[in-house]
This record gives sequence, C-alpha cells and structure tokens, in this order.
Amino acid sequence: MSFVEYGDTIQEGDTAIVFLGHESMFPVKVQHGSKTQTKTQILYSTDISLITMMLELKPGSIVCESGTGSGSLSHAIIRTVAPTGHLYTVEFHQQRAEKAMEEFREHKVEHLVTVKNQDVCKNGFGVSNMADAVFLDIPSPWEAIGHAKSALKVEGGRFCSFSPCIEQVQRTCLALEEHGFTEINTLEILLRVYNVRTISLQIPDLGKAAEDNSNPGFDSSNQANQGVMCGSQQQGTAQFKSGVPLREMVGHTGYLTFATKSLS
Amino acid sequence: MEGSMGLGARIQEGDCAVLKRDEVFKAVPILKRRKVIFEKQWFYLDNAIGHIYGTTFEVTSGGSLQPKKEIEEPTTETKEAGTDNRNIVDDGKSQKLTHDDIKALKEKGIKGQEIVQQLIENSTTFRDKTEFAQDKYIKKKKKKYEAVITIVKPSTRILSTMYYAREPGKINHLRYDTLAQMLTLGNIRAGNKMIVMETCAGLVLGAVMERMGGYGSIIQMYPQGGPVRAATSCFGFPASFFNSLYEFPLSKVDSLLSRTFSIETLPSESEDNIPAEEESNGSLDEKPASIQETEEESTTEATMEGNQTEEQETMDLAAEDTENKESKEKGNKENIREKQRKQQERRKKLVEAAALLKEKNADGLIVAGRFHPTPLLLSLLEFVAPSRPFVVYCQYREPLLECYTKLREKGGVINLKLSETWLRNYQVLPDRSHPKLTMSGGGGYLLSGITVVMDKGKSDAGRLEAQKTEEPTSKKRKLEELHS
Repeated sequence: MSFVEYGDTIQEGDTAIVFLGHESMFPVKVQHGSKTQTKTQILYSTDISLITMMLELKPGSIVCESGTGSGSLSHAIIRTVAPTGHLYTVEFHQQRAEKAMEEFREHKVEHLVTVKNQDVCKNGFGVSNMADAVFLDIPSPWEAIGHAKSALKVEGGRFCSFSPCIEQVQRTCLALEEHGFTEINTLEILLRVYNVRTISLQIPDLGKAAEDNSNPGFDSSNQANQGVMCGSQQQGTAQFKSGVPLREMVGHTGYLTFATKSLS
Repeated sequence: MEGSMGLGARIQEGDCAVLKRDEVFKAVPILKRRKVIFEKQWFYLDNAIGHIYGTTFEVTSGGSLQPKKEIEEPTTETKEAGTDNRNIVDDGKSQKLTHDDIKALKEKGIKGQEIVQQLIENSTTFRDKTEFAQDKYIKKKKKKYEAVITIVKPSTRILSTMYYAREPGKINHLRYDTLAQMLTLGNIRAGNKMIVMETCAGLVLGAVMERMGGYGSIIQMYPQGGPVRAATSCFGFPASFFNSLYEFPLSKVDSLLSRTFSIETLPSESEDNIPAEEESNGSLDEKPASIQETEEESTTEATMEGNQTEEQETMDLAAEDTENKESKEKGNKENIREKQRKQQERRKKLVEAAALLKEKNADGLIVAGRFHPTPLLLSLLEFVAPSRPFVVYCQYREPLLECYTKLREKGGVINLKLSETWLRNYQVLPDRSHPKLTMSGGGGYLLSGITVVMDKGKSDAGRLEAQKTEEPTSKKRKLEELHS
C-alpha cells in the first residue's frame, strides 16, 4: 500500500482504518494472526491544512522540516509534494528519527523523503538554496532562522514556525526580521465542530386567556406557528434541527508564524 | 518548472501577476502601455517586465516602476521620547505642514521616505510621544506616503486571500483557511480523479489544480451558463494542465445516472456553454443568425460523418491557411470553420467526461457554491468510488444540517463532520503583542465525510453511526428529546 496512491482492495500488509462509529476510528495493520494495535496519533489536521496552503506546497515542492516528531506533518507534506517533490526532515532524537525512517519505508514513500538525525539549530537541514519552503516545530526556532534562510532558494521561499508560547513567537519574529524576511504574519486557527441533532423544546403552558385571545404570546393554534410544531409527536413541543457545538473544544494548539524570504 | 516558486521566474508580458502592498493584493494582467490603478496610485507595468517575481518597486512620478533598492533603516535620530500621553492634546493642530505643503512636496518628486521625515520634523508632539507611539506614527505615515509595490506570482494562498478581501461575494464568502481545510480533507493530490462543482469564479478549481500539479484528472460540473474560470486563469498554469480538465453540465447528470444520456440529446451549443474565458475570442465578431444556422447544420453533419468530417476540416483548414491573408469573405468562412472545429473538440471532450463519470470511481468530490448542497451531493456522490473523501462548503450552516440528515438517511457515507474554522491574526512586537483588532466573523461551513460501499437497504455503518450520535449523554437536559 502506498501513501501517495489510492488502491482498490485491501491487501496483506496494508494499514487500514477501522471505523466503529462517531469519533471512533483507528489504524490497523492487516496481517494474518496479528492482534490489532491501537496507536495514538497526534493530529493537528486543522493546522496542517493551513500550513500546506500558506507554504504554497504542491507537487514538485522541495520542503525542509524539523522536528520530525510523530511524522504526521511529514506524511501530509509527502502526500502533497509527490510524485516529483522531496522532503528533508531533521530530527535530533535518534530513536524517533529511526522510527520515522521505518514508517516511511513501510508506507512506500522513502523515495520522497530524506531523514537526517542532527540538531537543526547547530547543523541546519543539510541542504542549501534548494527549498521552496521550510517548517519548524522546535523549542527554539529563532536559533534556526539562519539555517532556514540558507536552505531556502536564492530567489526566495516560504517559511513557517509553529510554537505553543507567545514568547517563542516574539523571539522568532524578531529573528525573522533581522534576517530580512518579509510578510511576517502570525495567526492561529481553531476547529469548531458541530453535532447535528434534532432538538425538541417544550412549549410552556402560559394558561388560557379568560375571554379573548388578547395574549400576544406564543399561541400553539396560531397558523404561523404550525410550521414549528409540525413533526412533533407530543403536544406542546417544538422540534428543529440544530448544529450543536461540542461541550469542549480545542482552544489552542500553537501559533503559526509565516514569512517570505525575498530576493537577496 | 516543477512546482517551485518559479526557479526565479521572470515577469513576462501576458502573465497574470499579483500586485502587493502590505496586506493588499490585486491581480492584473501584465500588459504594456496599460495604466494600472492600485492603492490610489497610477502607473505602467512596462518596466516590470523581465524582473524576477518577488521584486519590489517604487512608483516614480510619471507612473513608471523602478526597482526599490535595499530598505535603508529609517533615520529615527530622535532618541527623544516621552513616557506617556497624559500631556498630549489631540487638537488636530500638531502637524505644521498643510495639505498643500505636502502636495507640493509630492509634486516636486520628493521621495516618500523624505516626506515622512518632513512630517516628523514638523510635528510638535512627536518628541513627546512614547517610543511605541512614535513607532506607530512612523509606520502609519510610511504606509501612506511610501509607494512600494511588490509583484508576486499568483498562488492559492495569494489569490484566495485576495478574493476574500476584495470580492468575497464572488466566492460565496469562502475564507482562505476554509479553502485550505477543503483541500486537505479532500486529500487533493497528484493522480486523483476529482469531481469539482463550484461557483467561486474558478478559485476552488484553481486550488485543486494547483495541488494536483497536472497529474490525474478533474471533471468540473457546471450549471447553466457554463463553467466560470476567471480565477483559474490567474494561476498561470501551463497549457498541459488543461488537457486533463473536463467539464460536464449539471443538467445532464440525471440522464447520466439513469443511463439515458447520449450525445444526441445535448443542447445545441450556443455561446452559453463556452467556458467563460474563451469568450474574448476576437473572431466572434459576426453575430448570430446566419452563423447559428450554419452551426446547426454542420453540427448534425459532423455527428453523422464523424471522423471523415474531421479530416476534411483539418484539410480545409490547412488549405484555407494559405489563402488566409486574403479577402474578408474568406475570413468569415474561416471563423465558421474554426467554430465548428472547436465545437467538435468540445463534444469530444464532453463524451470523454461522460465516460469518466460513468465509471463511478472518482477519488473525491468537492462542492462549493451558491446552490443548495443536498441535491448536488445526493447525485454527485454516485460518481465517487467507495472509501473516498468528499467535502461540501456552504456559506450557511442550515443547508448542511439538512444535507447531513439526508446523507445519513441514504447511507453510504461515514465519518460525517460539520465544522468551521476560527482564524485569528496577531500583532507581534516586543512588549506589544496581542491579537489584532478585527477578525473575520465567519468563513463558511464544511461538511465532510468518507464514502463506503452501500449495503442493500440501510447500511450497517449508517445504523451504527445513528446509534452513536443519537445516544443521549449523561448530562442531557430533560427537555431535549431525540428522534432517530
């Protein structure tokens, strides 16, 4: 199974996604005799979408990334730059780097990615004047700005740094400015999900007016209110469809700082 | 050429480029001797031709563009600054230069930077302002008087930002981050076979094409009036990208699904069905009546004679080419031939599009338009293979609630999700970082899901999902009741 191509049938060795119901999906290795393993996955899909578009990634793009981490962004990048682009990803943790390489091989995308086990702040990405885009998700991104600049093409490219804390963002923006980056822009994106529910609200009993219907309140026999009432099985309820927000939502993932390296 | 920022691509005549000043964008065609207005300035683009995209220019008096040299740091020799504004009175009289004075400076051809300097020197309150206030003042004046424009290459990022800021009505108020979500949720990538139905001036189509890089195929469904691709042409895709771009009329979807579609039943090809960008074909001078008739005649001829006519036509065209330079009469005839040839091509492509759709194995569906999404989804999903994503955009939430309900009733989809994204911009400055003053109130809504193989009757997955979502949570209010 390849990450960059659709298949039609499930094959031995594939990683398939099992759907059990709302909010319950997990990956499963298709293998004779193996137990299902559940893996937690860090998913910043909302952030990944914005990053992909703001870095102007497309087939053929050359991208540098650090740190590789769980590889979730790495896979998204690979999927987008295939079949002619390439991802250079740098991870300073040896085991994580090895695990990433293994996964890329398993997913048959190793030809689209190069993993380097080094410290990007000290040694950079291992390429110069090659990248269309650079992405940083490290504790001290301001220390890697210089390397980012040299990794990017001479005629320019796009840059992005993801940081949870505003202090990191401040330092990063300052460093970007000092290195001559333009279009420096920080934003955050959050996902709001709605559950579609059919809601029934009870109509309160306000009693009946003695003689006439001078009460201008909600009259259940009123023509105009028929529409709201239709479909209710019980007397005195109004039913409607609603997009109900979840009780809790993700309030913060990280600040995304974008910039452009312009012509030197 | 492979998808990089252009390998130092140079601005060429005929390109669609984007002018940028701070956060403001405007798309313009690069044409010589054509006055362009942007951010209250008039200028010609002639001098820009030949420069690399990303170059910053200054507008000189006379309206010509000059590449800007390295930005020299503003001379803030005024180290003098106050501590707060308690004694600063805003009476509108602190600037000693009058409107006319400034105008005179401009007319003398004084550079913007110099004007800003003059304004600082002639402000009685400047040195009392705090450093931050001075900074803000300088930035504001620079923005007004320094006419610096960058010419950039179009991209989804730039065009979607531009359209949202300038003409949101044209794109159904689709905010750029919502578009970004669609591209990822829909797994748009090279090699896919995508179905796209949009009425966003072709912006969504362009974004899909950019992410597919010319690999795979796209079938654009269009309503009456033909597919609009104004924004698509702004991207500057190579011609090869359009070889795998098809279009198909929505009005024929039903017949395709009920297998009663045939090329014979096509509406007569009036100007309507020509993709909007073609209409600027200069040769379409001679109008209707006689040409219409000839069109219809030759159309039926064409369908009957098939290949033969094509050959005949190309031979004719070749023959005509040589006599081309002669009289207008010949010119007219050629117009008709050209039209016929184009029509043939379009019909051919239409048949191909129908064939592609009939395979019912598309890798995904994107819907983003002014139409109610429910009928679109219910029919267009038929053309999508199982285990593939689909995304629907709607400016409003309610139609998607209905869509969700109908899809669940129908079955064949899982992981339905109704969402919107919340986007906030920040000002990041030392000791002055905070979210920006205004933010977008809404960027539209998305309904996404994955197709699955349909069981007979209601699918198990559908039932499962129904059970899960309709189960009351422990904290449910007594007044709420759910109906499955």
